[in-house]
Amino acid sequence: MIKLLFFCFSILIGTELNVSIDEIVKKIDFNLNSENRFIESKMIVNGRRSSRTIVSKSWIIGVDKAFTEYTYPAREAGTKMLKIDNELYTYSPQTDRIIQISGHMLRQSVMGSDMSYNDILEDKPLNDIYNAVLEREEIVDGRNCYVIYLTASVSGLAYPNRRAWVDADYFLPIREELYAKSGQLLKSTSMKAIKRIGDRWFPTIFIFKDELKRGSKGTEWIIEDIMFDIDMDSSIFLKSSLRK
Amino acid sequence: MFNFLLKGLIRDKSRSFFPVIIITSIVAIIIFFSGFLNGIYNSLFFNTALINSGHIKVVTHAYNEEYQLLPNDLALLEVNDIKKQLDSIYVDYLWTPRITFAGLLDVPNDIGETLSQSPVLALGIDFLSSNSNQNDIWKLEDKIIQGKMLENSYDILVSEKLSNRLKVYPGSEVTFIGSTMHGGFTMYNYIVKGVFDLNMGPIDKDMMIVDLEGARVALDMNNSASEILGYSKKLFFDDKETVMMRNKYNIIYSDTSDVYRPVMLALRDSNQMDSLIDFSNAIMGIILVVFLIVVTLVLWNMGIMSGLRRYGEIGMRLAIGETKGHVFKSMVIESFIIGLLGSFLGTFIGITVTIYFQKFGIDYSKAIDSLSSSNFAMPNVFYPQVTPELFYIGFFPGILATVFGTMLAGRAIYKREMSQLFKELEV
Repeated sequence: MIKLLFFCFSILIGTELNVSIDEIVKKIDFNLNSENRFIESKMIVNGRRSSRTIVSKSWIIGVDKAFTEYTYPAREAGTKMLKIDNELYTYSPQTDRIIQISGHMLRQSVMGSDMSYNDILEDKPLNDIYNAVLEREEIVDGRNCYVIYLTASVSGLAYPNRRAWVDADYFLPIREELYAKSGQLLKSTSMKAIKRIGDRWFPTIFIFKDELKRGSKGTEWIIEDIMFDIDMDSSIFLKSSLRK
Repeated sequence: MFNFLLKGLIRDKSRSFFPVIIITSIVAIIIFFSGFLNGIYNSLFFNTALINSGHIKVVTHAYNEEYQLLPNDLALLEVNDIKKQLDSIYVDYLWTPRITFAGLLDVPNDIGETLSQSPVLALGIDFLSSNSNQNDIWKLEDKIIQGKMLENSYDILVSEKLSNRLKVYPGSEVTFIGSTMHGGFTMYNYIVKGVFDLNMGPIDKDMMIVDLEGARVALDMNNSASEILGYSKKLFFDDKETVMMRNKYNIIYSDTSDVYRPVMLALRDSNQMDSLIDFSNAIMGIILVVFLIVVTLVLWNMGIMSGLRRYGEIGMRLAIGETKGHVFKSMVIESFIIGLLGSFLGTFIGITVTIYFQKFGIDYSKAIDSLSSSNFAMPNVFYPQVTPELFYIGFFPGILATVFGTMLAGRAIYKREMSQLFKELEV
């Protein structure tokens, strides 16, 4: 009986390993990236004393342009953020100033969450900036996953190494650990509530946890509405639109 | 006998006038020197108390665990209530909320885009509230080299070094970029009202000062503060007192399950200050003891000399039948009277001079200017400090050294033989 089970498991493993690492990474990139998309989301920042909910709308073209407007809470409402290539600008109506976020400011948290501005800037296809190797297979939360290890192929990334547990059916990294060059764990992420949207699988709940933040309970990013490849007015991605 | 000796002292100026002057001078010097050392000790720690820690402070336990990160999300809440309680319990201390925060200071160009940016360490200090005492403690107006003191909650003062780096001057509008107490992103416009130089080396390199309310609005910290600092009303740092206060207060809030419980921290609990305070205490103690020993020896020597000077007189008194014990006793009483008078006058003069310099200080600014390239934070003016021990630190050595000196000289009385005495008197 044990031999039979071992035989079946071996066949199963053998079948799964037929997928090449290139294919895994390409499928992840296909699922997570698109020509353009519109997202309505809320971010629940679980602070050490209290939780805050931040609601926003985002318009994204490829990996180079993104525009986000925060609509809730009142203190943050009207704050806008614009990413153009490798530049990030923010606007707050209270100061009526457009400020470029650069240098060490990029390592700061976005709205007090566990995400940094660098996380926004480096939202590029994995295939373009990492080399991947398949380490093993593992069962995570009852689902079969490929464990892949990614090493930066370009310099200057915030996370030169990362390990991802890629769901073997959805081809999404349902769990990920992001490391510094020294090997220190900087962040961990996970994805939940995966849905079929058009021809791709897409998670509607992301959980980010800054492992360097003492007592951090993580940030939940919940996607309430998402539309891929829609008609989008490109004028929104101009700096002048921040003040509108 | 006492009256007889007193009359003798008054009539014979050589036995009273100069010894009293010497004792008075030495006791006054002991007292002033001791007060001066107290003042230096206090000045050395005052700057740390002023900028960082107060003489004592209250923070949350969680904030204290991570204080180097300036974690304002762990700040004290309901600060007005806590301050009211501290004001009522510790009446000898001035309590003031403080917000310490960090972020970026962004300077716009003509079209409102970033011209220059710099990291900034900001102190939100209660300068503008009606019952504020911080102006008296900081004396910031003396340190402003351009512009004026804060007038509104949206005004800031920037250090000279920061002003030069960012090229901002009084009247410039700047934007602070940072995080609110709740972790949210914040941008807040301030007007540079003035430029200051604390003259404390690199401490104020990235420093800006804002009114507490200005910090509260920018950081969404209504009725909250990073810490509540306590300053002794006399602005004199008393290590033992602050340690006692801290121990008593922390017994009340000993519920270790509450990480946001208030904890009191003495100045010595700040970063490595304990070893510095202990070291300073030891050094000050050694200097004072050595000085006391030297001046006591001087007084003692004076007692001996004045005893020996009266060798002939004592011989005559013994020859006409006065007992050795009586002569010895009368000399000791005389020296006691002289010591008492000199010590009293010396204490009075010493305390008076110390009080004068405590008020007006001793200005070392010219000497300090020559050290301007040094990184060591030194105050420009030293203020001697009158403390309770000054009332006895010179008084008792003044009496005892004089009396013991006389007693030592008086030993010679008992060594003198009658035959030897007559031989001396014939001469």
